[in-house]
Amino acid sequence: MSDDPFEAIKATFFQECEELLGDLESNLLALESGSTDIEVINAVFRAVHSVKGGAGAFGLEDLVRFAHVFETLMDELRSGRKACDEPTVRTLLRAADVLADHVAAARGAGAPVDPARSAGLVAELETLTHGGAAPAATTDLAEDDDFGFTPIALDLAAFEAPAGLSDLPDLPPLPDLAALAPLEAPMAAVEGGWKIVFRPHPRLYASANETGLLLRELARLGPTRVELDDSGLPTLDALDPNDSHLIWTIELDGDASEAEVRDVFDFVEMDCDLSITPLNAAASTEAPAAVEDDEEAPAEALAQAAAADLDIAALLASVGAAPAAEPVAPEPAVPEPVVAAPAPAPVAVAPVAPAAPAAPPAPTPTPSAPAPAAAAPVTIRVDLERVDRMINAVGELVIQQAMLAQRVTESGLARSSDIALGLEDLELLTREIQDSVMAIRAQPVKSVFQRMPRLVRECAEMTGKKVRLVTSGEDTEVDKTVIERLSEPITHMLRNAIDHGLEGPDERLAAGKPAEGTVRLAALHRSGRIVIEIADDGKGINRQRVKGIAVERGLIAEDAALSDEEIDNLIFMPGFSTATEVSDLSGRGVGMDVVRRSIQSLGGRISISSVPGKGSTFTLSLPLTLAVLDGMVVGAAEQTLVAPLAAIVESLTPDAADIHHVGGVDPVLRFREAFLPLVDVAWCMGFSDQPTALKGGVVMIVETESGQRAALLVDAIHGQRQVVIKSLEANYRHVEGVAAATILGDGRVALILDIDALVSTGRARSPSRAEMQMAS
Amino acid sequence: MTHSVTPNVAGADRELIAFRIGEQEFCVDIMSVREIRGWSPATPLPRSPAYMKGVINLRGAVLPIIDLGARFGLKTGEPTERHVIMVAHVGSRLVGLLVDAVSDIVQLSDAAIQPTPDVASDQVKSFVKGIFAVEGGRMISLIDLDHVLPEGEAEAA
Repeated sequence: MSDDPFEAIKATFFQECEELLGDLESNLLALESGSTDIEVINAVFRAVHSVKGGAGAFGLEDLVRFAHVFETLMDELRSGRKACDEPTVRTLLRAADVLADHVAAARGAGAPVDPARSAGLVAELETLTHGGAAPAATTDLAEDDDFGFTPIALDLAAFEAPAGLSDLPDLPPLPDLAALAPLEAPMAAVEGGWKIVFRPHPRLYASANETGLLLRELARLGPTRVELDDSGLPTLDALDPNDSHLIWTIELDGDASEAEVRDVFDFVEMDCDLSITPLNAAASTEAPAAVEDDEEAPAEALAQAAAADLDIAALLASVGAAPAAEPVAPEPAVPEPVVAAPAPAPVAVAPVAPAAPAAPPAPTPTPSAPAPAAAAPVTIRVDLERVDRMINAVGELVIQQAMLAQRVTESGLARSSDIALGLEDLELLTREIQDSVMAIRAQPVKSVFQRMPRLVRECAEMTGKKVRLVTSGEDTEVDKTVIERLSEPITHMLRNAIDHGLEGPDERLAAGKPAEGTVRLAALHRSGRIVIEIADDGKGINRQRVKGIAVERGLIAEDAALSDEEIDNLIFMPGFSTATEVSDLSGRGVGMDVVRRSIQSLGGRISISSVPGKGSTFTLSLPLTLAVLDGMVVGAAEQTLVAPLAAIVESLTPDAADIHHVGGVDPVLRFREAFLPLVDVAWCMGFSDQPTALKGGVVMIVETESGQRAALLVDAIHGQRQVVIKSLEANYRHVEGVAAATILGDGRVALILDIDALVSTGRARSPSRAEMQMAS
Repeated sequence: MTHSVTPNVAGADRELIAFRIGEQEFCVDIMSVREIRGWSPATPLPRSPAYMKGVINLRGAVLPIIDLGARFGLKTGEPTERHVIMVAHVGSRLVGLLVDAVSDIVQLSDAAIQPTPDVASDQVKSFVKGIFAVEGGRMISLIDLDHVLPEGEAEAA
């Protein structure tokens, strides 16, 4: 973390950018899938606008320029001047990609943006904006735009309560109260100007926006006449202070453009009904729902407005004198509860006030506490390092607790003794703490999934295929360390699914399928692991071809009889993917060995199922965390070792008669109808010079990540337990056959076996028959 | 308080921890030593050089133990409870150095260090930065810790 506060703010900006870009993409995708919701378009606009605003503050000019063009088009869309059709959305999606590139480049995290690509999109966006007209020089546009957020945020005076409140009477002619009196002809035609009908939703207040500030902003654009319609106010006993009951009608004179007026409401537009109509047209026709309400009770409104006029001097005095936290009570008749309710948003009171005291039942019902139903979970950002430190500390706590438990057992204390009972409680508590600490690091896989639509788009573009990506289970949570390493294999497999799995549109149509192929990306929890499925509805694996290639490369014998499953698994073989022409054939093997390796390094497994003509499904199964492991504690040649439970199929005590030797040398274990290679763990790890005597030994049947089975021979199995994984590499280096280390209850280090390495190297070092016989 | 502010001549003085392996004395910079502890049985690592005694648990971290005597090619036997582990920083890593005993803390100026004479064997020379004499006719070799970890990390995997 940098000490430079500017850098820290910048870092926060980029963090926000990440979220904004995520929102941007998901909203664009909603548009792509046919949403016509204006809120979605607004959300896209706001995301781009916010990125632009922040970028402007940090002088990131390239980013600002691009965002500006993007924003301009979005502005056209949200104003309805431009239809949001399919080609537009596609362009927008690509623009979002480039915007993300710009952000990454500005952050210094990505390669510089391809200028041609950026310029191309700028041109496209401008063409869409101007409906094909030659675009004006965009740089100029960017110059005269304000780069900040909406002016509301800059209006610091408003937040200097109560001093700010007392300043109110000096404000520009905001509530032109004198003008309220002649409201008999309320909407009289005025040359130029706008009629704005503004009906806040409760949400507006919940997100700490203030009507008063908006009105004040409007007043800056020109002389205003403000009319409050409080006819929607219920009687006091029916009043829900969290609801919104008021409607404002503002007439704004002067030559402010509609865009300027809209800008005022920029950040609240989602949370209110807003209609902006030219003033001279307003009196006549199209009045939105809000206005109708207004007109239904014009008399009341007028009466109240008049009353407001009378009370205003007293009100301003009382507001000026009132401390910020107690905004209300201009009328002594107002009962206490109402006073308490609006407290969270005191600043609102002053501007609201002109009309408020005129409404006897409830002066300020609008500023409300956040609606509980809409509240998102409260989150904080924490430096990952702090969480890691805590996880380490908890790991040690777990070990210490286990050591203590072991000591108590060894000391021969009765199980019912106070110490033993206390220790049991401690164990439960420790486990609970461990679980909660692990949960801190858990994150939804959304962050990875979010990046995939772009990849799919690019892949589809490159291959000329039509692809629809369907994702599910984005909220499935998994440890952050796992998440970080999921992106690469998923990227690879998606690319494979599109490149090799899906057919081209023509071929699909010929096969009686829709021209658009579907790729499904799903995440789910299954028996304590996270499962990621990547499925396509393409042509499936061409087994004949795959087998042919494998034979060609000498990976399998020509006459090898392989099951379908085994053939499918051939694509994971390292040799399979080295050939470039594989991608031209039907195989899906490009780099799959790399994928498998990276999944395995996470303690995961990968499997395929494929139906010819119907498609293929790749299934990844990964542990939820890399910090703990369910292990089987075993003994081999005086050493205590841990075998990952996930790899163990079963364990048994073998009969001497079940041991055979292939070619008279390599020992195999007859296990049901199969013969499995027998790996002597102690000997293989170099812990004993001689192979273990079979007598009294135990074997664990294990399955490697590639589905291969083997029998590991150990002296004894001590039991199953969860162990905290400790890196061997941190202070030493990787050791063949060892996946990691852990610390046992007695405080000693135990090695965690790398089953795959053991099985593959174990065979090379398997004891000869002579040695075996010597031992037994 | 006034006398303590006299600055050292830059780099002239350094504090070293001297230790014994067999009859020989060596030393390392005191700044690289984090703690000194008694020998405790280590978990052996498969396929590791003979001087790797294995790993022990250092408050939750896995600490590899290097038998310095064996590393230098000196004759050593099995460690006993009297042996000592110096926990030292080597780069970003933490390693335990198994030695016979820690003998002294010595303060010396860099000027006192003499280059390693040619008589030393190549293996020793690769670990010894220099030697110097201390009172009582002792000779102490200054160890370069950067070279004690097994070389060729990459090839190990």
